[in-house]
Amino acid sequence: MTTAELLGADPGWLIAVKGLLVFIICVICTLMAVWAERRVLAKMQLRTGPNRVGKFGLLQSLADGVKLALKEDIIPAAADKIVFIIAPIIATSMCFMAFAVIPMTGVVNLFGHKTALQLTDLPVGVLYILAVTSIGVYGVVLAGWSSGSTYPLLGGLRSSAQVISYEVAMGLSLVAVFIYAGSMSTSDIVASQHQHIWNAVVLFPSFVIYVISMVGETNRAPFDLAEAEGELVGGFHTEYSSLKFALFFLAEYVNIIAVSALATTLFLGGYHALPGLGFTETWLGGWFTLIWFFIKVIAFFFIFMWLRATLPRLRYDQFMKFGWKVLIPSSLLWILIVATLRVLQQQGAPRTTVLAFAAGVVVIVMSISSLMDRTKQKARRPLPDGAAPNFPIPSLPDAKSINVSGGK
Amino acid sequence: MTDFIEPHKKSEIDINAVSFDEVKQPGPASFVDQAKGFWVTFSTMFKKNQTVQYPDVKAPTAPRFHGRHQLNRHPDGLEKCIGCELCAWACPADAIFVEGGNNTPGNQLSPGERHGAVYQINYLRCIFCGLCVEACPTRALTMTNEYELADDKREKLIFEKEDLLAPLRQGMLAPPHPMYPGMTDTNYYNGDVKESHPSQNGQG
Repeated sequence: MTTAELLGADPGWLIAVKGLLVFIICVICTLMAVWAERRVLAKMQLRTGPNRVGKFGLLQSLADGVKLALKEDIIPAAADKIVFIIAPIIATSMCFMAFAVIPMTGVVNLFGHKTALQLTDLPVGVLYILAVTSIGVYGVVLAGWSSGSTYPLLGGLRSSAQVISYEVAMGLSLVAVFIYAGSMSTSDIVASQHQHIWNAVVLFPSFVIYVISMVGETNRAPFDLAEAEGELVGGFHTEYSSLKFALFFLAEYVNIIAVSALATTLFLGGYHALPGLGFTETWLGGWFTLIWFFIKVIAFFFIFMWLRATLPRLRYDQFMKFGWKVLIPSSLLWILIVATLRVLQQQGAPRTTVLAFAAGVVVIVMSISSLMDRTKQKARRPLPDGAAPNFPIPSLPDAKSINVSGGK
Repeated sequence: MTDFIEPHKKSEIDINAVSFDEVKQPGPASFVDQAKGFWVTFSTMFKKNQTVQYPDVKAPTAPRFHGRHQLNRHPDGLEKCIGCELCAWACPADAIFVEGGNNTPGNQLSPGERHGAVYQINYLRCIFCGLCVEACPTRALTMTNEYELADDKREKLIFEKEDLLAPLRQGMLAPPHPMYPGMTDTNYYNGDVKESHPSQNGQG
């Protein structure tokens, strides 16, 4: 029985319970993620981090949340009131919705029903996630625009441009997964990895592109230029306060968890155990798969924290150049290769043909990259000796300069 | 000749034809070098962190840390402050207010003729530069290492003479009381007075 059939047999109340569970998991993950991030970041900077509220400061983010909720809620006079209120709601709800198709466990027993901890299983599940997160961008754009202030507007534009550009790269990196798994359903992709090998191994370039673009997509360091404090104050949420700001904060972290969960699902075998530890999947009546799932998600989240602690922020134009001129072309090329290999495999081409094709691709890529190096050198050639540059330069004692006096 | 500079047409300017001295640019480091930063942050996680758990653990300050002021006493308990206001004049932040008063036979607070009748330091203004300490001619004003100077009312941060005066130590008598018999204010200044005399007690 496939997961889709299994989930289709769920009674209505069980779906409601699962919806609630997904929501609770997201919120608790956010609270824990904020705490963990502050602690780990502090550790990486020789500090302790929050350690006073509750054991090890575990309740710090809860206390912060309560504090945020009790703060004065300011709506600027220049703001478009309705849009200003709707924007954080859009941003947050879309993040939660992305979680609906993530398979978090294998077959488990939930209140006497055989089911899987996955709200629903769409045949186009991953496409649905991409669509929903794209709608989340509306929250950012509208927040920036409706604030009626310059910094949020610029921050909102930056964020949305960033998210959209990196979503292209992300989508393209996922195409290889679709080709390989032969499905867009999350549970099918997990199942196909269980039969063969993790996609992170077979489709390593896709995996790398996905991980880079997921950091870009979530506006996180080193790609957090939309909220570059030195340039834009807080970015699109500058004018937000109180609960509305808390919603954006929640959205950011749920988004991080969602892309990490998607990465786990598509590339690291989802809720399945590490190769060789498959026997653990039956522990706790199958619920142990939830632990495997979260171990992988937390590993991704750790990468987020690690990046933030290590790397400085990129400049905006460098960031865009990287997205459009490096990530997208390389993932397009990679898709081409994967598709060709797949077709060759399916048509039963001999192994030598496949290898020859792969070798040919490598040769072409290497020759193109070496040619590009040569053109760079050409542009940098200095002037021949004695030749004067033909544009005015400031007069220096020993520098060649041209006469700029005269005129009318 | 005019200052007018003929604008060059864009087509005349060959941006690439600039004379320059070739300087060795560092350029991007090797991938391994770039990845080293990740090891730095990762290994730092397992190092002992530098945070002082402040309200629970109070690390001692440097010995000459500029903290709250203190008005010192002579060994017999008389105040060193003579109300000269030099500290107030030296203060760049205008944080000190002093009003001198005359020493009378019944109200001798310090050796000599004058004492500080009102002495206030406003810690909302004080910048802890220590110029007042340098200005003080009698070493009456010094600084302690006390740094916990936060409060919830502005009024509470204007410290009066009673708040600033050094506590009475062993052998000191609470002023006002007469000067040590046979000693002048110069003797006090030179440190000839080592302790209080029984006769200074009033009853003796």
